[in-house]
Amino acid sequence: MYDFSQLTGAIDAALHRSMTPGWALFTELVIIGLVVLILYALVGLFLVYLERKVCAFMQNRVGPNRVGPYGIIQTIADLIKLLMKELIPIARADKFLFNLAPFVVIIVSFMALAAIPFALGLQAIDLNIGVLYVTAVSSLGVVGILLAGWSSNSKYALIGAMRSGAQIVSYELSVGLSLLTVIVLAGSMQLSEIVASQADGWWIFKGHIPAFFAFIIFVVASTAEINRGPFDLAEAESELTAGFHTEYSGIKFAFFFLAEYMNMFIVSALGATLFLGGWMPFHIGHWEAFNHIMDFIPPLVWFLLKTFFLIYVIMWFKWTFPRLRIDQLLTLEWKYLMPLSLVNIVVVAFITLMGWHF
Amino acid sequence: MLREALISLLKTLFPDGQVREETQYPELLVPNTRWLEVATTLRNHEDLHLDFLISLTAVDYKDKFTLVIHMESTSFRHLLVVKTDLNDHENPVVDSLSTLWPTAGFHEREVYDLFGIRFSGHTDMRRLFMEEGYGFPLRKDFSDESRVLTLS
Amino acid sequence: MSEAVIRDIIVSESDDYIINMGPQHPSTHGVLRLEVSLMGETVKSVTPHIGYIHRGIEKMCESDSYQQIIHLTDRMDYLSAHMNNEAVCLCVEQALQVEVPERVKYIRTILDELTRLSSHQLWWSAFGMDLGALTTFFYGLRDRELILDIFEESFGSRLLHSFNTPGGLMHDVHPNFQKSVREYLKYFRKKLPEYKQLLTDNVIFRQRTEGVGVMNREMAISYGVTGPSGRGSGYSCDVRKIAPYSAYPLVQFEEKLQTAGDSYARYLVRMDEMWESMHIIDQLIDNIPAGDFTAKMKPVLKLPPGEYFQRVETARGELDVYIVSDGNKTPYRMKFRSPNFSNLFVLNELSAGGKIADLVAISGSLDLVIPDIDR
Repeated sequence: MYDFSQLTGAIDAALHRSMTPGWALFTELVIIGLVVLILYALVGLFLVYLERKVCAFMQNRVGPNRVGPYGIIQTIADLIKLLMKELIPIARADKFLFNLAPFVVIIVSFMALAAIPFALGLQAIDLNIGVLYVTAVSSLGVVGILLAGWSSNSKYALIGAMRSGAQIVSYELSVGLSLLTVIVLAGSMQLSEIVASQADGWWIFKGHIPAFFAFIIFVVASTAEINRGPFDLAEAESELTAGFHTEYSGIKFAFFFLAEYMNMFIVSALGATLFLGGWMPFHIGHWEAFNHIMDFIPPLVWFLLKTFFLIYVIMWFKWTFPRLRIDQLLTLEWKYLMPLSLVNIVVVAFITLMGWHF
Repeated sequence: MLREALISLLKTLFPDGQVREETQYPELLVPNTRWLEVATTLRNHEDLHLDFLISLTAVDYKDKFTLVIHMESTSFRHLLVVKTDLNDHENPVVDSLSTLWPTAGFHEREVYDLFGIRFSGHTDMRRLFMEEGYGFPLRKDFSDESRVLTLS
Repeated sequence: MSEAVIRDIIVSESDDYIINMGPQHPSTHGVLRLEVSLMGETVKSVTPHIGYIHRGIEKMCESDSYQQIIHLTDRMDYLSAHMNNEAVCLCVEQALQVEVPERVKYIRTILDELTRLSSHQLWWSAFGMDLGALTTFFYGLRDRELILDIFEESFGSRLLHSFNTPGGLMHDVHPNFQKSVREYLKYFRKKLPEYKQLLTDNVIFRQRTEGVGVMNREMAISYGVTGPSGRGSGYSCDVRKIAPYSAYPLVQFEEKLQTAGDSYARYLVRMDEMWESMHIIDQLIDNIPAGDFTAKMKPVLKLPPGEYFQRVETARGELDVYIVSDGNKTPYRMKFRSPNFSNLFVLNELSAGGKIADLVAISGSLDLVIPDIDR
């Protein structure tokens, strides 16, 4: 497998040769920032298009097919339209918080994206508390939502924001506990190490029963975390409130919209990394020949395949199921998912101690 | 119950009403002073038990209004038409039946809206379709300047 | 996408928050304004305001001939347009004591059931969409398009055909009619189990509709709720059984009842009715007798003085036509007892004490078409 740290090492060496260490560091930061920014924008645009196409095919129709071949420029056209829209100011709204809220949400998802390992050596930040960092940073997203609802000066935007906030905070517990399952199995929170530990098989297979349940809980809980699918009551138009982003228009609305799709990507990437092996190809134990064949497909492709598989599943949820009511949603978490996660943690701890996993 | 039995029962119960037998369904014409009383008997009498109020409407006969009710019994499956005449063409008033059948409350609002017949004892005597002060469209003497065609 | 948009939020003198749902809904319900009085998340009362689409059909009927009135009746409950037409035709035929040919009776009944099927398909699509299962809208309409194609082939019009005329039909059906209907039934019999998989058996859907908006039989009768909404509460009100007309005496079918009275029961009744409609069409489609498509009628119809009453079962309930005639060529008074008028006003009783999300489920399960309420 190609190790990207050779490439990054070479760039680093080149910069250090031609500039002072301070400037070299600064240039590296700028390069990383630009790469992440461009990645964010591209993936976001692509995901919006993907959603529309997936949704269309499930609904027995074609989806965007006019703007560009197979409609691939559709999202850019929508973006241009949003940029040209009037930014409607709100009377008696807290202007600073009102403008700050979309930025909080976007910056938070940026920060989470930076920690995801895309391939061997291709990771912006590799902290030894990687998983904790990602979950902590995503939790800050709630702040952005509550700020948006509060500063809109609209009673029903506030109620929508509170509902979203309650939903996200509740489901974070289940997400955290299911991630904890893999951390216990792998013995580390560092994302690159978790991926490396799956060199002889993905945790969803090695960790058998508890890892499988943790995976299911993770997929359900993270769909609720990102306010999607059957859990999108707070922003669904068939209820009386259009949610926390009612009062936003134009580019600020585009930020919330984009952040939602990127959160979907981050959550899928996290699931793929922890449960499905990240960029690690599909290896079975120590079957060298088989593993060697699997290695022919580049790790980056593996990663993207797994992530987009999870994204497809999340989209599938949204277009199939009716919505849950807010009280049914919270009941699901507190009475069903949470106890199940706790039991799962105990089981996996026991299994790890006894060495009963692969 | 059979039509003959129904008709003879009605004649016994309501001696001051007129029963017509030759129409499609048996018709009972009662004086409007006994309207609520008659309706209560029709609903609650064990052999009549007319619990399904199908429709309540009015017809404008230029010198009087006639309230027409179609009602059916869900247990005996007989259908009865009950009518009453309101001779005051300017301000017709009659008792409301909304305490017996909740659906009557809404049919009466429609009749008030379209004919101007008021129902005393109705809890919510408001117009249903039109705005206040419109006039009563289904009356035969209704004229509206904006109308293109004149009706005979 | 889905239905309610806030029009204005006003705070009244009391502590209630009043929200308006409507009068414009993006889905099929129509122009209805629901004034919802809320305490937090709970609905305290719902006051419907109607009249946005009142066109004065009953007044217009007083100056139109009986053949012209048919075209007005299409526009009342437009999803059961054929049944509305048939109601007026049957009433006039009964008044004139005209016997229509057997062929006409068969075709009218087949069209009745096809219309009922297409109406229930649209209801299913919109109901799923209101609750958030956005894909059901496309599946239901995809199947409904094929029925509308059959209509277009024979009558030239997809929804509002005005095909009936007193005495029979305007012209004969297309020669392909029988074949198209048979093929459609074969196709839809395979699709209807998919509807069951998608929505009926779905846990989330059942949670949203079971126990929501419970109406017992007495309430249904006293509010005059007929049709599938009434049958969901165990009230046996099918006019096709009580007072059969056209070819209904010749067919075997069951009246589907449920006893729970909640939104899920009303949903199940309509799904069962779709199967029964196909069963009825099966019994008739192969045996349409040859013959005239209309009886001999005079061009100008004058009903003998008197009153005439005809009951018909539309997709939503009992539609009654009451004609008062004084011998002229136009009726003296024409009254339409529309099923949706009675079905609407039970909404307040059913949704008081529930949540806003339940109001959506209840009004979807009652299947209201507003032009029928306003006429």
